Formats: sequence, structure tokens, C-alpha cells
Amino acid sequence: MTSRVLDPTSERTPGHREQLARPETLAGLKVGLLDISKARGNVFLDRLEELLTARDATVTRFAKPTFTKPAPIDLRHEISTTCDVVIEALAD
Amino acid sequence: MKLVAVVKRECPTCSLVEPVLKQLDTSPGIELTVFTQDDPTFPTGVATVTFDGDLDYSYHHDIETVPTLISLDGDDAETDRIAGWSREAWERFTGVGELGPELPDHRPGCGSLSVDPALVDELRARFESHRLSARRVELADLEDEMEALFDRGWTDGLPVVPPTERRVLRMLEGTSRAPDEIVAVVPPDLVECTVEKVAINAVLAGCAPEHLPVVLTALEAACTDEFNMHGLLATTMPVGPVLIVNGPIRRRIGMNSGINVLGQGNRANSTIGRALQLVIRNVGGGRPGGVDRATQGNPGKVSFCFPEDEEGSPWEPLHVERGFAPEASTVTLFPGEGPRGMVDQLSRDPDSLARSLAACLRTVQHPKLPMVFDAILVVGPEHGRVFREAGWSKAQVKQRLHELTLLDGAEIVRGAGGITEGVPEWAKDAQLPKFRPDGIVIVHAGGGAGLFSTIIGGWANGETGSQPVTKEIVG
Repeated sequence: MTSRVLDPTSERTPGHREQLARPETLAGLKVGLLDISKARGNVFLDRLEELLTARDATVTRFAKPTFTKPAPIDLRHEISTTCDVVIEALAD
Repeated sequence: MKLVAVVKRECPTCSLVEPVLKQLDTSPGIELTVFTQDDPTFPTGVATVTFDGDLDYSYHHDIETVPTLISLDGDDAETDRIAGWSREAWERFTGVGELGPELPDHRPGCGSLSVDPALVDELRARFESHRLSARRVELADLEDEMEALFDRGWTDGLPVVPPTERRVLRMLEGTSRAPDEIVAVVPPDLVECTVEKVAINAVLAGCAPEHLPVVLTALEAACTDEFNMHGLLATTMPVGPVLIVNGPIRRRIGMNSGINVLGQGNRANSTIGRALQLVIRNVGGGRPGGVDRATQGNPGKVSFCFPEDEEGSPWEPLHVERGFAPEASTVTLFPGEGPRGMVDQLSRDPDSLARSLAACLRTVQHPKLPMVFDAILVVGPEHGRVFREAGWSKAQVKQRLHELTLLDGAEIVRGAGGITEGVPEWAKDAQLPKFRPDGIVIVHAGGGAGLFSTIIGGWANGETGSQPVTKEIVG
């Protein structure tokens, strides 16, 4: 017998999302670096900033208030409206 | 006067009043319609008989007893009703005298078919499935129902109860909240979750309808900024929501706060926490390997829910300590790991026992890491007795535990004891508390025999991590 059940999920059909094209070069682009505020993440990001700056990228640093919670919506908005590229890294 | 009578042949009282219905049908000024539930030829002698075989009329007019006599106004709206047979009541109700002179004065009615326990689920599905808006998923004839639910990724690895319309509608009887009401925005996908979706997942988890209010409230608590369910899910630490239920609802829904309180065997204990986790998984999209990044996890992430033994406790229950009335029912969510046992079979004076407990509490997550992790201390009844007989209040026990878990910086500095883990060098001359001031949560539960307690460690507690959250359970 065919049985019918109710969907327990959010029913979000994942819409097909096109990836943005990768930039040919970082030169002249505004690159955001998001520090998630885990210990020593800044050491890694400092070095990354040096490397990116050497490639003529303009680097802006951002930080989450605490690593345990998602980035506040204002911060996400600021990054998305002021940067061409963002690098977000998880520590550990 | 417009009258409606609802009857069924198999009810002896309905058969008894058959001549009375005939009498009313021929009385001047009476316009009678009879709805008959089980036999279209019953009763005889009445002009307008409608067969209510699908029980549509009976269900939608909340008929609980047959015979029921209903009076209608000019717009066919109900003005009054009586049930069963009573000559005096029927004569007063209809304004017609000398009804059924040969009948006994009164007889109670019978249960209406529309409230027959064997039919009620089917009727609810027949008449109320429009209240459900979730997508219907048809399982093919050749699919094994249980396997199909595994295949769709809806389970935590254990079998689940198929959420049919009947079961979900029955589950919704457990709450007065509307199916489309938003309960919370569930992480990690930040989805607005309705009462209906919670009910579907409660069915999957094996809950009974009376458990649903606890699940709804637990979800509200989990999705607060203070509790930070997203962080708890995403952390690599082995933690999940631990639910502690307080107040009268514990007894009403048959929870176990005694023998094996943290173990298996009680439906409410076992399924309520599971329902919450299934909502996080199915509605919020939080799955192991996805946003759930736990390095090792713990078995409590399937379900971890227990009630406090308030009746046997030497102290005020947790919810009262946290500002709620004793008669309130609450659920407290704590971000915790799995339980670990603590044995002290010799201490009979409270300070000795406090020292034992403190020695074990000090090891939560790591004996050299202070001030980050809270803990629940589940005091077993035989340990509770030691404090009761000595007259120690809960506040006194906590105070003593805080004193005894004050850590000497020199012992916990990095490198001390040959262990690299520890606090930075600057703290070596300081005294550091193991726990935040409100970082020890004490509850009383367990069976009567055994000089044991249990510790449930926390994770990044405090404003930048997770705070325990207590909410009152309402409908």
C-alpha cells in the first residue's frame, strides 16, 4: 500500500546558485580578511595580509566579536558591500 | 422551533426515544431533523432523517453523546443542546408536554461514534488534514516505509516513526498552539519553524502528544541568542543541549527522575530530547559533517533529557532557584557533554563529600583549565541525604564547592606537572576559580540506592559562548 508522510524538513529546495567567476588577478581588488577571533588566527592573517599586499591587493581586516557565534548581520553587510573578495578561515 | 437530534441505532437510549422523536416530528411548531450515525433506516416515523455515515455533521458539531438534541435559531445557528434522555429536560427544551409517557424518567446516553477512540484518528485526518501545510511525500508501494525514512536522511541513525497525517494531527492535540504558528528561527539555516514542523519531528522521535509542549519550549530556549544553538552545534567539542524538566509536568507526562534517570527506558525522557535534535537536523539543517563539526560528539546528542526529583530533594528545585514559581513547569537547557559518574561511598559528613565532589568537578574538560566550562552536578539521593542531615542548603553546598575548586596558578600554569596545557605564565601567582560564579548547576535525581552523583561538563560558557536558559512550558 502506498503510504504518505509529511516532510519534516524546511522544504528548501536548494536553488541552483552560480559561483562567481574567479578574478584573474587580485591586483587592485579590495580583499577582506575575517578574523573569527580564535587564538592566533591573527598570526596567520597578518602573514596573509603581507602576501596579498605584495600582490597589489587592498586588504581590509574584520573580526567577529566571538568565535562561538555567527558573524553579526551588520558585519556581514559591511564586508559584502565594501569588498570584492573575502577570505574567511576557520581556526583549529 | 427548529430542532436537530443526533442518534445511533446501537444506543439503547436512542432506541428508547424513537417514539418521542416521532411525537416531536408531528408536534405543531416543531421542525425536526434527525442525523443518524449508523443506520439510515433509524429512527422510523420521522420525516427528515439524514444519514451521517461519514460522521461529518457529528464531528463538526462536537457531538459527544447520543442522543443529543440541539435547538437552532432562524439562521440555523445553535442556541442550546441537551444530551441523553430526561423527560423533564426534553419537555422544557422543546416546549412540548407529555413526551414518552410510557418511558422511564431518564436514561443516560451513549458515546457518539464521532468520539469513538477507534475512529477518532481517522476522523481527524479526514476532516482536519487541511490544517497541515507540510509537503506530502508519497512512499512507493515497494519501498519499505522505515528504510524510506532512512534513505531520505530524516533520522539520527535510529529508526523513526513515519509521520503520517493521522499521527501528526494526533500530536498537535498536545498543544493549543496553531499549526502555522512560528516557534523559533532554527539554526544553522535560520529557518522559521512552525508548530506543525515541530509536531512532525516529535512524531519521528517517538513522542506522545503530551510531550509536545516540552519540545516546543525546549526549541524556543535552544534558539535564543543566550543559548547559542548554532555555536553549540558548530563547535568541535563533544556537546549538545541537555534538557532538565521541572515542575508538575514531570509527573503529568510520566517522566522518570528515579532509578536510571539518565539512562534508557522511559518514553518521555528518551524522546523529548531526540525531538529537539531532529528539529535541529531536519528543519535547521544541522548535520554531523555539515555545520556540526564535533570531533567526537557524545551519545547524549541523540537525546539527553531528564527531570529533577523535586519530591525527594533536600533543596529547592532548579526552576525555583532560577526564579520560577514552584507550580510552574519549566525546561532548562544546558550546553553539556555526556554524563560521568562520581563515586564516594565513605563520606558521611558534608565537608568530606563536598571535597570529593570538588576534586571531581575540578577535572571538567581539564584539571588545569579554569573559568571556561560550567557543570551540572546531578546529586544522587544518598549523597543528597548527607547534606540534608547536616542541614546544608544548596547555596552553602555551592559556596563550598567554589571555595574548594579555587585553583592555585602555580599548579595550573602551562608546563606545571609536566603538562603543557594550562593557563599563561602571567596567571602563575593568581588564585583562579574553576567555575564562573553561577557556573555550577545543582539538580537532584536518581534511584534510592548508591552513594553516587554525576557530573555533566559544559563548553565555552558565558556571554561569548552559551548560557543555560530556562523557560516556562505553556500549552
